[in-house]
Amino acid sequence: MKPPAFEYHRPTSVEEALAVLAEVGHDGKVLAGGQSLVPLLNMRLAAPAHLVDVNRLAELAYVRCDADAVRVGALARHATVEHDPAARDAVPLLRQALEHVAHPTIRNRGTVVGSLVHADPAGELPAVLVLLGGTVELASAIPGGNGGRRTVPASEFFVGPLESVVRAGELATAAVFPRPPARSGSAWRELSRRHGDYALCGVGVLVTLDADRRVEAAGAAFISVAPTPLLVDLTEALGGQPHDAADWAAAGTLAASAVDPEDDIHATAAYRRHLAGVLTARAAQAAALHAAGRLEGAA
Amino acid sequence: MEPLHETRLLVNGVPHTVRVPARRLLADCLRHDLGLTGTHVGCEHGVCGACTVLVDGQPMRSCLLFTVSVEGAEITTTEGCRAADGGLGPVQRAFLECHGLQCGFCTPGFVTTITAYLREHPDPSEQDAREAIGGNLCRCTGYQNIVASVLRAAELLRSESREGAR
Repeated sequence: MKPPAFEYHRPTSVEEALAVLAEVGHDGKVLAGGQSLVPLLNMRLAAPAHLVDVNRLAELAYVRCDADAVRVGALARHATVEHDPAARDAVPLLRQALEHVAHPTIRNRGTVVGSLVHADPAGELPAVLVLLGGTVELASAIPGGNGGRRTVPASEFFVGPLESVVRAGELATAAVFPRPPARSGSAWRELSRRHGDYALCGVGVLVTLDADRRVEAAGAAFISVAPTPLLVDLTEALGGQPHDAADWAAAGTLAASAVDPEDDIHATAAYRRHLAGVLTARAAQAAALHAAGRLEGAA
Repeated sequence: MEPLHETRLLVNGVPHTVRVPARRLLADCLRHDLGLTGTHVGCEHGVCGACTVLVDGQPMRSCLLFTVSVEGAEITTTEGCRAADGGLGPVQRAFLECHGLQCGFCTPGFVTTITAYLREHPDPSEQDAREAIGGNLCRCTGYQNIVASVLRAAELLRSESREGAR
């Protein structure tokens, strides 16, 4: 189908974008990569009166790495972040997860921050942000509040399926993905019926080793098993065990008991729970190996 | 009457100015406003890949782009993947030689996607070739001959560049 009519705005600065968004309020929607929004428009599942196209806000097309984090501007495409060598080194989980976001063609246009705001329960990037304890930066020209800017932690950003805390008139300007602690490694595993399709279940795992290369801490974030990314601490199952011989199956069992998925036309709840267990065991083992490998690389 | 937006595009090297409503998808602009019907529209929600064109050299779904949003961009469609003399380009020739199409509906999206892919990966393995076309659907061929076409196109391009170097 064809999208419904809308009034088109193409601001050329963040200031101008915020002014337009403040004016159109609840009737407005931000267009960044559009790889989720345009299908919704084409299928007439959404019909905003105003589209505010932020593709000319060159000031937001950046990926920056500093001592603490990778900062991703609202106009950074998935492919740009995926292929940024500094970002890959600072936060390897970004690239590990981005490889699973749809197809390269979609990643050429879609944006990382757009994926976060879209808050799809099957989306990889919301889980990555939650697992790393990142933040999203929001700006608004609507009077009142904190000088028009606020920073929301990932744990509070996602409130339901396709629902984040971004308010009418607000623009998500950047996301911050903190570097994992020293001696950490990560991995992403997911299963989908077709290459590049939505995952039936997916998991990112972050493992931190101690000085003796035993597991000090381990955590997982799951997609497609809950309305928002689900964080599960795996330390209880893996803590204190050697990085190359931990009880990975125990981590899987812990994960399977921690998730509470629902049946839908794509998979039963029981199958999703099974996947959570299997994928967690695999991802945890891979993440521990990754951590050890990074230690050797640094030595 | 919806307001029309004057929009400049460079399509297959030819500058165009179109007057389109904001909701005009790039795929529809190419087909209806510019008469370039090589770009095919399949699913209209970014899944099938038939409408894939190159935007500033990068493959993108033209059914998920508004024409106004890509103002000023350089667009390459399957018509722009021809050889310099107007005959079949290397990817198109490979599809012909390897029987990489049957009904041909999906082919334009494969041609653009593979053209961009081979620019950055001149010597793909069979597994790479499968990965490269993972975002495009074909309901006729079973993909085997499309994979063969990717590998053949890479060969043709390599021999072209060898001849160019002479």
